[in-house]
Amino acid sequence: MSILDYLLRKKKKSAAVAKERLQIILAREHIDRSGPDYLPELKKDILKVVEKYVAIDYDKIQVTIENDGNCEILELNISLPDFAADTVPLTKVRSTSAAKRV
Amino acid sequence: MAKVIVVTSGKGGVGKTTTSASVATGLAKRGYKTVVIDFDVGLRNLDLIMGCERRVVYDFVNVIHGEATLKQALIRDKRLANLDILPASQTRDKDALIKEGVEKVLNELRKTHDYIICDSPAGIETGAVMALYFADEAIVVTNPEVSSVRDSDRILGILSAKSKRAMDGEDPIKEYLLITRYDPNRVQTGEMLSIDDIMELLGIPLAGVIPESMSVLQASNSGTPVIHDELSISGLAYQDLVERLLGEEVPIRFISPVKKGLFKRLFGT
Repeated sequence: MSILDYLLRKKKKSAAVAKERLQIILAREHIDRSGPDYLPELKKDILKVVEKYVAIDYDKIQVTIENDGNCEILELNISLPDFAADTVPLTKVRSTSAAKRV
Repeated sequence: MAKVIVVTSGKGGVGKTTTSASVATGLAKRGYKTVVIDFDVGLRNLDLIMGCERRVVYDFVNVIHGEATLKQALIRDKRLANLDILPASQTRDKDALIKEGVEKVLNELRKTHDYIICDSPAGIETGAVMALYFADEAIVVTNPEVSSVRDSDRILGILSAKSKRAMDGEDPIKEYLLITRYDPNRVQTGEMLSIDDIMELLGIPLAGVIPESMSVLQASNSGTPVIHDELSISGLAYQDLVERLLGEEVPIRFISPVKKGLFKRLFGT
């Protein structure tokens, strides 16, 4: 990067950063709020188990419950940390349970 | 039919009490019989903002516990004859607010008043939930700042899940967004969240924008609700808010940047 590029580079305005951060955190909190009461607890328990083997953050685990016709789908997404710099490994465990009929 | 309006925010220090005092005063000025109740038990402050701190004898908790009648506890505003203040207790804690007791007091006030303004404490504990539980309408006070926006979103969740209207399956509480301490100059330079940003994040209709102004502190210093100050842009913005609460269409003012002169640039504001 030339010096000129550096000087002309536009710095992201802090209000835009604030908005972006809020959009992400509010979306996450809405999911936590809309699901059953046990979802955040379930997430913490899963984190405890995964943490035994890999160090990950709380927000790298996403647990959602979707209503798909006459069954509920519990979807679990765990993003593992980058081992190789150029790949983004994503382990996706999708367990479908038709145990609870709606 | 009397209306119960809660002034809430989740976060502290965003202007709930300032707003409660000015909205109640504004409604009374328009001829409505109004009462403003301080729900911040243990940390009462509405009396100071309304300038009646030396006239407090009995309080909200005394009435709930039958130690005083409502008539004894209500303080008549010194400027407006149709405005009453019900102060919070300074010595008890928030658990002194029992749902049945609060309901009884509100029902009694509904018979005699047109508007009941509930000044909520900060937080999401008993006091805050009691203040919003019986509300018909809610003014959500938000500063253009990340923690305030997040807490407002949280309070909106509580309004739609834990209020009486939500639990009884009635029409939901009518929610209004009030942005306070807004600085158009800082929004223009990209340092502050804009009105549109906040509306997009919270998704509720805008009822008013109160610009950052020196007059709010001056008003609280003297115990005069800022809406009385007709030379102040904050006072005028609160008047506009009251008109919008009454269903009138009033454009939002004082939201364009003001150019600072050379003198101000050199010597500060």
